[in-house]
Amino acid sequence: MDFVQNFPCISIMLCLFAGIISSGLKGKAARWINTLLLIIVTILSACTLLYTLSTGESFVYVMGKFPAPWGNEIRAGVLEAGMALFFCIIMLLSLLGGQHKLIAEMDENKVFLYYVLTNLLLSSLLALVYTNDMFTAYVFVEINTISACGLIMIRQVGRTIEAAVRYMIMSLLGSGLLLLGLCMLYDLTGHLLMSNMKESVAAIVAQGEYNIPLIVAIALMTVGLCIKSALFPFHAWLPDAYGYSTVSSAAILSSLVSKGYIFLLIKIIYRVIGFDIFNNTRIIDVLFVFGLMGMIFGSLSAIKENDIRRMIAFSSVAQIGYIYMGFGMGTQYGMVASVFHILSHAATKSLLFIAAIGLTDVSGGSRKFIDLTGSGYRNKWAGVTFTVGSLSMVGVPLFSGFISKLLFAQAAVQVDGKMLPALIVLGISTILNAIYFMKTVIRIYTPVENTDYPNVTFKERKQYSIVLIFFIILNILLGVSSQPIVDMIEQGLAMFA
Amino acid sequence: MSKLKPRNEYEKTNAFRFFQWLSGVKDPYIDNVEMHVQTEKVVPEATIIERMNEAQMCRDKVYDTEHNKLVQLFHKVYINMAVLFCIALVGLLLLTVSYLPPTGNPANPANNTVAERYIEDGLAETGALNIVSGMILTYRAFDTFGETNVLFIATCCVMILLMIDDELLKKQEVKNDRRFEPKNDIILQGIAFILCPIIFIFGIYIILNGHLSPGGGFSGGAIMGAGLILYVCSFGFKKTQQFFNEHVYKVAKITALCMYGLIGTYFYMTGANGIENHIPLGIAGHILSSGIILPINICVGLEVACTMYAFYALFRRGGL
Repeated sequence: MDFVQNFPCISIMLCLFAGIISSGLKGKAARWINTLLLIIVTILSACTLLYTLSTGESFVYVMGKFPAPWGNEIRAGVLEAGMALFFCIIMLLSLLGGQHKLIAEMDENKVFLYYVLTNLLLSSLLALVYTNDMFTAYVFVEINTISACGLIMIRQVGRTIEAAVRYMIMSLLGSGLLLLGLCMLYDLTGHLLMSNMKESVAAIVAQGEYNIPLIVAIALMTVGLCIKSALFPFHAWLPDAYGYSTVSSAAILSSLVSKGYIFLLIKIIYRVIGFDIFNNTRIIDVLFVFGLMGMIFGSLSAIKENDIRRMIAFSSVAQIGYIYMGFGMGTQYGMVASVFHILSHAATKSLLFIAAIGLTDVSGGSRKFIDLTGSGYRNKWAGVTFTVGSLSMVGVPLFSGFISKLLFAQAAVQVDGKMLPALIVLGISTILNAIYFMKTVIRIYTPVENTDYPNVTFKERKQYSIVLIFFIILNILLGVSSQPIVDMIEQGLAMFA
Repeated sequence: MSKLKPRNEYEKTNAFRFFQWLSGVKDPYIDNVEMHVQTEKVVPEATIIERMNEAQMCRDKVYDTEHNKLVQLFHKVYINMAVLFCIALVGLLLLTVSYLPPTGNPANPANNTVAERYIEDGLAETGALNIVSGMILTYRAFDTFGETNVLFIATCCVMILLMIDDELLKKQEVKNDRRFEPKNDIILQGIAFILCPIIFIFGIYIILNGHLSPGGGFSGGAIMGAGLILYVCSFGFKKTQQFFNEHVYKVAKITALCMYGLIGTYFYMTGANGIENHIPLGIAGHILSSGIILPINICVGLEVACTMYAFYALFRRGGL
């Protein structure tokens, strides 16, 4: 056994330790520990990714003395390691980019709690990515939910408390449904380990005796995770939670937390139920329809919004719709497109949130469009970054959003009954995206004379501007070198099966 | 053939005025309309507040069911649909349960090799007479570490919400601590004087015997937390803080979780790499036996007791 195989376990445990130790420290020390931890975990994940790429197969890591169906297990392949690496990078950039707002907006004595929450959130994300056991997944879903609530309400304004309560209710509903489905599946299969569950599920389907409870269990788990990741009809908690929390929280929630649940759903589809069995259940048709509706209605709500943060939040609803539309196609290509869109959306949405805060800062803290007029000149880096993010969201070549739209269209062409609706809605949604994002870009580059607001230069906000440059590089990297990444995703999905 | 007008007659027509205005020679409105210099309209603050109130009133009226029958209808339909939907879901789930394998049937899929090994080989492999403790703390130690962290993060969230940092507020809260309860209740103090030591000893007993008899870290910790709460209720925070204040709480919590984490990491990594972990299992039935279960139970017990007490203290006065 190679030493690299210990890295997933080490990174999860390191995150938990960092969270525990941070709870006894002051804010500044906690922040250093958090940054250091994120860098270490990024390096560890990169090593794991390189190792799995070089061996070309996934490996299973037994947590303890006892092997498979008796003890806990984690598993790492190309997709898992890549996702972990990506999550760490995005989290690091989001936290560094929103740091000045964190200090300004929060009670000084409670800053350390923020880092406790983020460390534990990262541990839960890593565990969701690496887990090979359904109950471990459930335990870390709980940690994820509670820490996400904390991240929303740590900026104590009336709206955030309300948003946190809403988020908690919806999220707990989702957890409850997931647990119900899990219990039923355990009753039917007698296993909690993913690979054993998959064998039993295949046997049940072949036997045909317990088909009804199996379908109900699959539906409950799917709906639970859909609620937690804000698919269209369940998105009511989203705009407030993303719109009023502190900016790092908004970036982390939109680009990591919801993606963690979607990744868990992918794992359930491939590793627990089996891709073909899941596709035969017709649940994918429901996901397809809701995905399409989300793409349109999310964008329409975003167009109506007069608040830049809430507009970006509503745009998330549309983008989550894209991902579920990819699931709904029921083909390998659709899944690849969805996984790529997870990456692309995570990179772009955190960029937009972080860039938007730079624009609102030079507009007297107001998020209304009328005050944002000309803010692109006052903070040049934020303006450029926001434009890059908008172009990527609309789907202009060279940026990551274009590739995911291209992949979705390619996948749609190969599906019989779903090609036309998918392509039409993709077109409509792109136009709607262009309407609200280009409106904002035009607004921030409309010159205004003699404003009272100050200009911000690169030197005054060094850390913030460097983070923005990294975001732009990441986005263009995803857009330009898409082929190797798509190959990696295909390889990773092949390892799942 | 058009009629030609003499010039002085033509100058009186609207067409002449219009063309003159168009070519900029003369403004037809000059001298006809009184002109003012434009000033910016200043709305006094009272009017703004009044208008906001008006907007609020409008909103109230729109959502008032007496004025807007449509909203009333919507509410009714909404509630009825919600109830119907819930009933349908309940029916669906009940129907599903009827299709599940019957309880107690030995041929059920849940009765497989996993449960068999836990029951038959559990004692030999974990050294614990209590199979449940052996299972959650040895076979599935990682899950239980996650559960303990759920408690930890829940305390963090409650701290964010309820912890009072302002010194003035803090003092006030400490002063008003007895608002809702009698001060120095003799009956309560007398009973607590007898009960508290017994409760503590019972909690410690349950934690230490977690691998031998029913119980373990979670239940024993809850009992100890209850004892602490009883002590605070009867003797007040000042006396409690002599042995359990914020500093002690932090040290206890961090030590317990770190110990658990270290033991866990050692156990996972040696197990996964196939290295002998040198943790003696001891003789089954003795108090010092069953490997990692006893120290982990102590850690979990400490963490749970701290969490219980912290919840109570935070909800009561916003500080430990």
